[in-house]
Amino acid sequence: MCQDCGCSLTDHSNLHSNPQLNDTKTLSVIHKILDKNDHEAQHNREHFEANNVRAFNLMSSPGSGKTTLLEHLHEYLPKKYAVIEGDLETSRDADRLIAKGIEAYQVQTGSACHLDAFMVHQALHHIDLKPIDVCFVENVGNLVCPASYDVGTHKNIVLLSVPEGDDKIEKYPVMFRRADLVLITKMDLAEHFDFSLVECRKQLEKLNPDVTLIPVSVKDAQSITAVANWIQKYQGEF
Amino acid sequence: MHEYSIVMSLMEQIEQLAQDNNANEIIRVDIKVGVLSGVEPHLLQNAFDTFKLNTVCHDAQLNMQLQPLVIECRQCHHKTELTERNVICPHCKSYDTRVIDGEDMMLMQLEMNAS
Ligand SMILES: Nc1nc2c(ncn2[C@@H]2O[C@H](COP(=O)(O)OP(=O)(O)O)[C@@H](O)[C@H]2O)c(=O)[nH]1
Ligand SMILES: [Mg+2]
Ligand SMILES: [Zn+2]
Ligand SMILES: [Zn+2]
Ligand SMILES: [Zn+2]
Ligand SMILES: [Zn+2]
Repeated sequence: MCQDCGCSLTDHSNLHSNPQLNDTKTLSVIHKILDKNDHEAQHNREHFEANNVRAFNLMSSPGSGKTTLLEHLHEYLPKKYAVIEGDLETSRDADRLIAKGIEAYQVQTGSACHLDAFMVHQALHHIDLKPIDVCFVENVGNLVCPASYDVGTHKNIVLLSVPEGDDKIEKYPVMFRRADLVLITKMDLAEHFDFSLVECRKQLEKLNPDVTLIPVSVKDAQSITAVANWIQKYQGEF
Repeated sequence: MHEYSIVMSLMEQIEQLAQDNNANEIIRVDIKVGVLSGVEPHLLQNAFDTFKLNTVCHDAQLNMQLQPLVIECRQCHHKTELTERNVICPHCKSYDTRVIDGEDMMLMQLEMNAS
């Protein structure tokens, strides 16, 4: 796949520095610390776009329902999709998806607490992008570090489940600010918890006014349809 | 704990810049850390102090400038530095704003000893 894409990024060793070496030997740089990752992320996007694939990065705490959503979406999204599975070192989640007939590739994250663009690029070598329309990346279950890494997807989907509480948006502002879509999952459990959608909306609006919020439950077909519709909205437009 | 991965990226950049400028030692590293960059400053400091030992930064001091959130309002066009973690314009209360600083991690300056 990558023979002609220059993915080793050898040309990128020349940092965009602006050498102003003076007597005090001070060098002004002004350079993004995660620049290398960001370049690789852009490179991943080029792979997706060359194959007309829209890519989505799913992030949440462990257990918020990322894998479950990907299992269920199958019946609602009339698009062919593959999953790059980064949650957990074992291939349990990938196996769950494969059992449903969904193509999934398990990233070997070791003990990593987030995926970076290089790990996703590695996974792209194992997925045939040609026949698919959508690629989901299930990130490591963690509301902190994955927010700092662009992995080369087009949109960020952040899940927050009802049992986690509506205060999490305020507690993890970086993650929720980077979201394009926030899914409040396990809404069927709402009656058992003091969870306020109104409070969620209020916190989210202060931090990320343009975000879309969809309350979902895998037991409510309409809610999963709403997610499928949101995803389909982006077909073909990059 | 992605602060370790971030310090590794930072060190890689510094090693490259040191090499490009024939420096054998880095004395000071100035970085800018946005309040909404997702990095915990003290964890970053610890990671830097642990990692630097076997690098060109072994005696370097890390200077961290904490960058508050800065927004520009699309309605009243005011530019404001915020103390709160939200993006609402304090002048006109509009939500129609653009974040212009406070979300990035940048390497700003290096002080080095050239050979
Ligand atoms: N009641 C209820 N349980 C759910 C829902 N979605 C997921 N779960 C359960 O939450 C648990 C964790 O889900 P999983 O998809 O593995 O979370 P992940 O770690 O984010 O991938 C599983 O036991 C799911 O059955 C939902 O909408 N309602
Ligand atoms: Mg999972
Ligand atoms: Zn490659
Ligand atoms: Zn490539
Ligand atoms: Zn991490
Ligand atoms: Zn304003």
